[in-house]
Amino acid sequence: MADTTFHRALDSDLFWSFRKSWTARVSSLVLLVLFGAAIFAPWLATQNPYDISQLFLLDSELPPMWIDGGDPRYILGTDQQARDLYSAILYGLRLSLVVGFASVALAAALGITLGLLGGFLGGIVDAAIMRVADILLSFPAILVALLVNGIARGVLPPDQHADAAIWVLILAIGLTNWVQYARTVRGSTMVERQKEYVQAARINGVSGSGIMIQHILPNVLGPVLVIATINLGMAVLTEATLSFLGVGMPATQPSLGTLIRIGNEYLFSGIWWVVIFPSVVLVVLVLAVNLLGDWLRDALNPKLR
Amino acid sequence: MLGFLIRRIIQSIFVMLAVALIAFMMFRFMGDPVNSMVAETATTEEREAVRERLGLDQPLWVQYGRFVARAAQGDFGLSWRNARPVSTLLAERFPATAELVLVAAGLSLLVGIPLGILTALKPGSLSAQTLQFVSLIGISLPTFVTGILLILVFSVWLNWLPSFGRGTVVDIGWWSTGFLTVSGLKALILPSVMLCLFQLTLIMRLVRAEMMEVLRTDYIKFARARGLPNRSIHFRHALKNTLIPVITIFGLQLGGLIAFAIITETVFQWPGMGALFIQAVSFGDVPVMAAYLVLVSLIFVVINTSVDLLYAVLDPRLRADAARAAH
Amino acid sequence: MTLLTVEDLTVTFPGRRGSVNAIENVSLSVEPGEILGMVGESGAGKSMTGAAIIGLIEPPGHIAGGRITLEGERIDTLPPEAMRRIRGRRIGAIFQDPLTSLNPVLTVGEQLIETIQTHLGLSRAAARERAIDWLRRVGIPAPEARIDTYPHQYSGGMRQRVVIALALCAEPRLVIADEPTTALDVSVQAQIIALLRRLARETGVAVILVTHDMGVIAETADRVAVMYAGRIVEVGPVARVLANPRHPYTEGLMASIPRIGPRPDRLAQIEGAMPRPHARPPGCAFAPRCPHRFAPCVERRPELRGTAAAAVACHLTTEVPA
Repeated sequence: MADTTFHRALDSDLFWSFRKSWTARVSSLVLLVLFGAAIFAPWLATQNPYDISQLFLLDSELPPMWIDGGDPRYILGTDQQARDLYSAILYGLRLSLVVGFASVALAAALGITLGLLGGFLGGIVDAAIMRVADILLSFPAILVALLVNGIARGVLPPDQHADAAIWVLILAIGLTNWVQYARTVRGSTMVERQKEYVQAARINGVSGSGIMIQHILPNVLGPVLVIATINLGMAVLTEATLSFLGVGMPATQPSLGTLIRIGNEYLFSGIWWVVIFPSVVLVVLVLAVNLLGDWLRDALNPKLR
Repeated sequence: MLGFLIRRIIQSIFVMLAVALIAFMMFRFMGDPVNSMVAETATTEEREAVRERLGLDQPLWVQYGRFVARAAQGDFGLSWRNARPVSTLLAERFPATAELVLVAAGLSLLVGIPLGILTALKPGSLSAQTLQFVSLIGISLPTFVTGILLILVFSVWLNWLPSFGRGTVVDIGWWSTGFLTVSGLKALILPSVMLCLFQLTLIMRLVRAEMMEVLRTDYIKFARARGLPNRSIHFRHALKNTLIPVITIFGLQLGGLIAFAIITETVFQWPGMGALFIQAVSFGDVPVMAAYLVLVSLIFVVINTSVDLLYAVLDPRLRADAARAAH
Repeated sequence: MTLLTVEDLTVTFPGRRGSVNAIENVSLSVEPGEILGMVGESGAGKSMTGAAIIGLIEPPGHIAGGRITLEGERIDTLPPEAMRRIRGRRIGAIFQDPLTSLNPVLTVGEQLIETIQTHLGLSRAAARERAIDWLRRVGIPAPEARIDTYPHQYSGGMRQRVVIALALCAEPRLVIADEPTTALDVSVQAQIIALLRRLARETGVAVILVTHDMGVIAETADRVAVMYAGRIVEVGPVARVLANPRHPYTEGLMASIPRIGPRPDRLAQIEGAMPRPHARPPGCAFAPRCPHRFAPCVERRPELRGTAAAAVACHLTTEVPA
């Protein structure tokens, strides 16, 4: 079932539309490069930014190598702790993407489960899930993420904040973004429940749910993929924002957002590169994900617009 | 109309009670409230006395009831961080956030709507395509990056505008305003531009999409078939239909502005509620977090309800439905 | 003088698979005060002909050939602003769906008054008087009160009456009514047709009545033009065309009208479907479905022959089948 769907999609419209759309091709190429850089960061980096013993304070605040005073060992320059910016960005990108993907996975798993539950059970369970979803949706994502973050920090003892930061972020962003998945899956489930084969299964005393899941999951695969792609962009952005605000990744384990925050503190001393380079990488990453998401949405289901 | 109003208000009250429940749970279960009230060396008896005095020995729903009653009077206790009343802290910082958000909201409407109309009416033109592209970047650009770029260009390199604070403020009663001094107004420029940029692109794209949709409708075609001038078709027949849904979204986005003000206030060290909230989050300062949550929710609920009412007033179809429902 | 002449009109839509002609070489004329019915299946090009006459073809579609003349003045080449002044004032239009043709956020009166003021230059008070008068003429009860209400407060039939008032209120010489009854209840359809006929007689306005309903044509029109696959295949006085259709397609169309009296077991149907614009055969577009098809039909396209009042495009009328 899913296999043929996949091949059909690959054969015809999706692939055709991909070849036709230059934004789709450029953004996926950019993403491929960035994902590759993140995965192979330990091999591509010239320095391990987490290892303080590798930092030489004499080399701090060096500009990028092509500017006077630059050092060829530090391609994009160094920050005030003498961290090689190029390496820090590679590791930061890695962290940003890990948080992004993990929180999307959490949100998708949570949303699909709750959507199926709501759709199957209906009644009070469904009403409760959808009510919570409505309320959640009426608050800006960043506020919800901040709140979850704040509660987690309040519960955890302060000395564990730094170590738990990545899990807190994944949790906060994941809990914020499940609503769209739940709504989509619930809608499909409700449609499917009306169909004859489910009714027939019920009359025969068989629970229809097993068959339904088999039918629903391939149906929602497309929309869920679209939501997940667009979500990834949002998740990366939310992570960066939280880290920038100082409640995300700590300075000892900087993500892109943390790097930008560190750079921002030294903006007036003329060290512009610490803030600019991570920002550029972040913007390119988010822009590429968004463009790909836009394209995917149009290509898979023009009606979703 | 009255029935609609009452229904909306009852709904709002339930939302506020739910938010208060979350705030209450935060108070009750995050850390031991007694710890913040007594010295570390306190004996068990002393702790019990405090516990009793705080009513923590009562059933949970009684405690919740008391919490709601106190919250309704604006009493959220003391900040765990600096031991001042939370309500005072918020009141001090409310004007800064309110002025920032209002200016940004006004800017986003004043600029976003005309640009949206322009791009909808001349979709193929160079300026429209440029605007579309810029707005795409605007939507993908993280707001804090925009803010940093603004500071870098206008404060660090050009040295035209201040990069932090509110400038000189004038106190009018308990309200401190930056509108009355030159330095106050100058200080407002960069933060409000940063804050409005995202909303502005959003409004522009929304107006454009709605307007193009409306221009395709039968009643616009019929208006053209009657030979009405383009000016009237665009600004009398199409614009009103375009703006009705835009108002709803704008209302929801106004809430978004308050949330995004957190980021703006951090970038520009703007002494508003958002900056206070971020400090509270990073220190786990529950009373401030809870109070901020309740206050912002209240603002959201008030805005959403007003928008619904406004919508009903503006759209004759809804006005009639609401009237019928009330009968 | 002939009110409207359309000669050899072709409307082209550029598309991914090359350009397609929505209508091809359409010629027709309308005399003052006349009701010309236009029939055909959906997609035959009836509405497109109407849109071309009124100058409102959706881009990227455009007139690729031919000319349109209104009261001796060529109008298909006019600049947009000049064409706008003609719309409403000299050619009115009635749209299909009264539910969507009226602006929901403006009152009926605002829409009428604006149209009247745009074209007739009356004062607001005079325009309002005129608007109330028009509402009365199209049969809206208590027009003084209803003029300030919104379209959604009217029923479908009443809204179509308002649409008719809007189309006629600037006193055009010609009205193009595009399926004016299709979206309405059957019981209301007859009332609207009767109203249209009465107003045409009272005001002397000529009407191009676009419909796929031969029954409506039979009741209302003076002459009828039958369209098929973007072309006019037959034109003639209604009585003659109904009684003695010359084109095989018209014949099939007539056979599909239910009649009172001894009824056949089932209504006749034309086998097959009208070809899509990009898949029209090189010869006569109707040839694949035509029971009288013979050699020339698949080779050459038959021209519309005859007088402006009565003409047919079929090889059967000019050549004898072998």
